[in-house]
Amino acid sequence: MNKLWLIIQREYLTRVKKRSFILATLLTPLAFALFYAIIIFTVTYDTSEALKVAIVDKEGIIKSIADEGTLIFKKENRNLDDLLENFEESGYNGIIVVPPIKNITYKNYSVAYYSDSQLGLDVQSKIENIIGDKIRDYKIEKLKFDKKELEYLRTSITLNPEPIKPTDEDETPVASIVAAIIGYIMGFIMYGTVFIYGTMVMRSVMEEKTNRIVEVMISSVRPFQLMMGKIIGVGAVGLTQVAIWAILIPSMYFLVILFFDFDPEQMNAAASVGNEVDVEEMEDMVTQAITEIGNINWWAIVPLFIFYFLGGYFLYSSMFAAVGSAIGDDLGEGQALTIPITIPVVMALVIMMVAIRTPHSSLAFWSSIFPLFSPIVMPARLAFDPPIWEIILSIVVLAGASVFFVWLSGRIYRVGIFMYGKKVSFKEIGKWLFYKG
Amino acid sequence: MNVLKIENVTKAYDKNVAVNNVSFEMPKGSIFGLLGPNGAGKTSLIRIITTITGADQGTVYLNGEKLNSSHPEQIGYMPEERGLYKKMKVGEHLLYLARLKGLSKNEATNEINHWFSKFEIEDWWDKKVQELSKGMQQKIQFIATIIHKPKLLILDEPFSGLDPINTNLIKDEIDEMHRNGTSIIFSTHRMEQVEEICEYIVLINEGRNVLEGKVKDIKNHFKENIFNIEFEGELPENIDEIATVVKQKSQSITIKLQEGIDSNVLLKKLIKQGVHITAFNEILPSLNEIFIKQVEQSAKPEINNE
Repeated sequence: MNKLWLIIQREYLTRVKKRSFILATLLTPLAFALFYAIIIFTVTYDTSEALKVAIVDKEGIIKSIADEGTLIFKKENRNLDDLLENFEESGYNGIIVVPPIKNITYKNYSVAYYSDSQLGLDVQSKIENIIGDKIRDYKIEKLKFDKKELEYLRTSITLNPEPIKPTDEDETPVASIVAAIIGYIMGFIMYGTVFIYGTMVMRSVMEEKTNRIVEVMISSVRPFQLMMGKIIGVGAVGLTQVAIWAILIPSMYFLVILFFDFDPEQMNAAASVGNEVDVEEMEDMVTQAITEIGNINWWAIVPLFIFYFLGGYFLYSSMFAAVGSAIGDDLGEGQALTIPITIPVVMALVIMMVAIRTPHSSLAFWSSIFPLFSPIVMPARLAFDPPIWEIILSIVVLAGASVFFVWLSGRIYRVGIFMYGKKVSFKEIGKWLFYKG
Repeated sequence: MNVLKIENVTKAYDKNVAVNNVSFEMPKGSIFGLLGPNGAGKTSLIRIITTITGADQGTVYLNGEKLNSSHPEQIGYMPEERGLYKKMKVGEHLLYLARLKGLSKNEATNEINHWFSKFEIEDWWDKKVQELSKGMQQKIQFIATIIHKPKLLILDEPFSGLDPINTNLIKDEIDEMHRNGTSIIFSTHRMEQVEEICEYIVLINEGRNVLEGKVKDIKNHFKENIFNIEFEGELPENIDEIATVVKQKSQSITIKLQEGIDSNVLLKKLIKQGVHITAFNEILPSLNEIFIKQVEQSAKPEINNE
């Protein structure tokens, strides 16, 4: 036990102290911050420049027009030719000419915009919306409709899923979107960590074998201790990195917001311009989403997530260790041996994405029981409240499978690390399982 | 008392029998040569003794106890293929290996400092292993092998890749450990080193032990009654009645005595003749010759069988 602890310590400390680890751990949140800052910058950039627009409206279609954000409108009584002649001195950036409406039933209507400089896409759609609204008002008046009554006609529909058997919790459509997003994030974190840290274990095993340090090590400790020490040590490195990111990435996010003095809702508003989405509706959804995130049972999900992380990590990294011991120094030749590991991981990722769309299908069920898929599929489903017995069954199967795969890999590993200069086949590896200690 | 007893040990990988029913005993405190050509099964046998692998059949006793998981702490093993973690600092590396052999952090640090000052490399603690030359890395490897003061030291080709200065340095350390009572297994196929260092040998070929015993006894056993005589005067004509001449120069002769004839008979004969003898030596076969002969002999039946 003491020796295992020494190995874990070494595997952990040598990696954590490495410059590349420190850089990757700190630069990733910085990259996120930079990415976020660029997005904010581009979103807020255009709107920071005021645009002064003259409106030539001989027919008086537009009664009044208010400024909107950085768009400053001014109704002009002068005619177009006059304005164009004195454009330079007028201080306007552009002139909008609203032509008369000949037939009120026409749905398409073109408005001329005179300017030297081109409009940004979002500004253009903003202006189109504003003028469109004004023309709608004009039409309403011409047709002698009551504007308020017309508003009553607008009905927006949301499909609200209800369970057959009533439960105490009422599911909203936002809830399933939030669950899907959380599911995706969890599934992808699982996928990424299994791959990154699994291959880290594999490379390290290969290095020890090519370095020939392994013979010295095995004259002091059992092969299984060395393998487990490595798996646990690297796993601890992974947890450290993920934990640091879990703290740094959100704090970077808030730092960026503080730095730009930026209101996140402004971004939503900016994004919604041009779409038919109402800003109010959007805000409503955001608050709903926040309550839904709060409603999710994090006290159950977080420990389960950690369990699936550990289960999946032990299962896959032990296989990576076994393959690393068989490959030795020639990665090119041994590439074929990693395929049986990478295929289930990639399949699990694909199934995970399907399972999020149909979280209660039989595919989702079976794949969250099957131990090679469950570490990626089940965490993604957790936010959809799968039945308790499914979770328990999945946990039991995964725990058993992890122990089995660690044991199996240990048997391959103890033989593989001493095999040199031999091209290894699966048949060969199969034989190693039955070698006597 | 034996430090090591190997009893009918067999180990096979698939159909390839690496160690085939090998038995021998190694006296405590001796320097023991484990000889054999490449691929004879030396390394496989060493791996069984160092508990790296287990034997399929047979038993190994260390100090009278069946080999168990506490024994690695009493064994120091330097494999032929040396290896260290290249990116670790020398001091940390030695500390790690020493602690895996059961030393506490303090004991290990003291030992490392002791060896650093002995080898005059005090400033190496913070150097990375990869910054050292091959020879320097070997020194570190040697320190790592003996830092826990093993009762049984196993050295597989310890001098390969070392320059003469470092070879002597390591040789002196081996001598000192021998004087302090450490039992040492010395695995090699370089016979001149064996003759110089070892008291006992076991010769393994194709997984079997072909020959074992004290170096002196083995040499005596394989002697062929060949003598070298340096002299002044005339040799008797009828010397070929008792011996055949192997080599003759004007003042020296190498002869092979016939079976059953004592060297004194020859001496008497010469003295009677009035030959003045200045030197008289029995020529014992070198281990190298015995080695080659035995390996060839033990290999022959195998070839015939096929």
